[in-house]
Amino acid sequence: MPKSYALIDCNNFYASCERAFRPELAERPVVVLSNNDGCVIARSEEAKALGIGMGTPYFKCRAMLERNGVAVFSSNYALYGDMSARVMRILSRYCPDVEVYSIDEAFCDLTGVPGGAAAYARRLRATVFAWTGIPVSVGIARTKTLAKLANRFAKKQKRCRGVFDLDASPDPDRVLGWTDIGEVWGIGPRHAKRLRAMGVDSALKFRELKRDWVQKKMTVSGLHTLLELRGFPCHGFHSGPADKKTIVSSRSFGHPVTRLDHMLEAASQYTTRAAEKLRKQGSVASGILVYLQTNSFKLGQPQYSNTLAMPLAVATAHTPTLIRAARSGMEHIFRDGYQYKKCGVMLSGLEPERGRWLNLLALPPAHRPHDGPLMRAVDDVNTRWGRDTVSFAASGVKQEWRMKREMRSPRYTTVWEEILTVQAK
Amino acid sequence: MVSCPHAEIPLGNWVEAVSRPDFGSRLAVPLAGETVPAGFPSPAEEYLEKRLDLNEHLVARPEATYFVRVSGDSMIGAAIHHGDLLVVDRSVEPKPGNVVIALVDGEFTVKRLRRTPFGLELAPENPEYTPIQLNDDTDFLVWGVVLHVVHKV
Repeated sequence: MPKSYALIDCNNFYASCERAFRPELAERPVVVLSNNDGCVIARSEEAKALGIGMGTPYFKCRAMLERNGVAVFSSNYALYGDMSARVMRILSRYCPDVEVYSIDEAFCDLTGVPGGAAAYARRLRATVFAWTGIPVSVGIARTKTLAKLANRFAKKQKRCRGVFDLDASPDPDRVLGWTDIGEVWGIGPRHAKRLRAMGVDSALKFRELKRDWVQKKMTVSGLHTLLELRGFPCHGFHSGPADKKTIVSSRSFGHPVTRLDHMLEAASQYTTRAAEKLRKQGSVASGILVYLQTNSFKLGQPQYSNTLAMPLAVATAHTPTLIRAARSGMEHIFRDGYQYKKCGVMLSGLEPERGRWLNLLALPPAHRPHDGPLMRAVDDVNTRWGRDTVSFAASGVKQEWRMKREMRSPRYTTVWEEILTVQAK
Repeated sequence: MVSCPHAEIPLGNWVEAVSRPDFGSRLAVPLAGETVPAGFPSPAEEYLEKRLDLNEHLVARPEATYFVRVSGDSMIGAAIHHGDLLVVDRSVEPKPGNVVIALVDGEFTVKRLRRTPFGLELAPENPEYTPIQLNDDTDFLVWGVVLHVVHKV
């Protein structure tokens, strides 16, 4: 019996979260801005219809948003994270197997559910909407790649009413023909461009390509995509994402940074974040890269950006060691006289903590027996009592460079002081 | 390069550290039949079977449960006071007789949903307030059903 995989995707997730607690915004266009109120990162359908592009800088579209009565929100990740957890829990409650793929997407195994996958998905969709207010789209097919494709169809075609089962479709080839090659899961922009130049512009045309050719030109992952499009599963359930090969932490500043000491604080803070992620996946980093840049949108201002990559003598996940490296790198590339907009830190050369290579000259980690337990204790405290309950002095106390978040909605579900108020009048 | 299907979708920088409501937590009050003297190994310990969990009692479906705060006194008759905390379950189908959170003219309000000879109404439980008749022209929506009220005495 072929599998029925469903890809369940929350529609315009961040915008929908905002609407869940402001139902009066149901008909109004809604956008959510990135950290620091920089760019538009989520748009309701109405906002898309106004022609607001993804990633449009806020300052560029601000007047237009106001003119059109668009509701604008700073990002509220506490709310989005909680709503995501709710959606995923509902899915787990009713599906035999769920694989959370991202904050707003999950694969569910609907093989053999009572009443058929599509009918089941409709009930699932109605339940998620009733319990959370979040609308979702469901695509069903026998492989994950096809389920992704079916999901896009469900979302774009009004008559699907949010659910589309490719295997029950009278003409699946038409759906594949309708899907642009660049939208196929697993086909990156570069391959899409190359394929398009050869006239292969749809999922259907790609599916007809010769297996050997695809494997030769696009390696085994291209072959997997091809086979999945043909209905042979290559991506199993829970063959989860591989550990990341790099970890980036970067952000724009709330105000332009001009002083080295502020820049060093920011670099320390971002390094702390990156190191937390690094330990979470049980890795150590063997290289660190720092960069900074001015605001290229500000014409007539002197522009400067620079990057410095540094190897670490011993691969480590020890925050103070990483901070030391990041600060020295930053001191190296920082130049006076510029208004900096952003800086960032990237950890590279990640390897599992156990089984790392040791440097012949450096001391093995056993000679610093406190590092591991200390970092674990710091992480535990911060997990338990909230981020930055204990932090590193290098990150600064006042953090004047910190971001703006002027239009953040209340954290309705995670902070007592900010829960919804109802009128008894 | 082929982008790997499993490559992680960028979630924004800080998503991973988002705080979640801790439904797994146990705010437990021990149920002991006897007073427990301090300092000695307690002879009552063997009788202490289970801790009572208020979450378990108040929250049947954590995914669909939301806490909201009350402002105003129109529901005094239902023992809902100004400043009280309501436990709202969105998975419950609203029926006449339920106390509900409704959205009326863009504002969240708490009222009792009631059937009258003329149709449905949102009724206050305080004679100083008037019910809201629901007809086809009323712009309204039931957002959730109130299951419990937490009132500080």
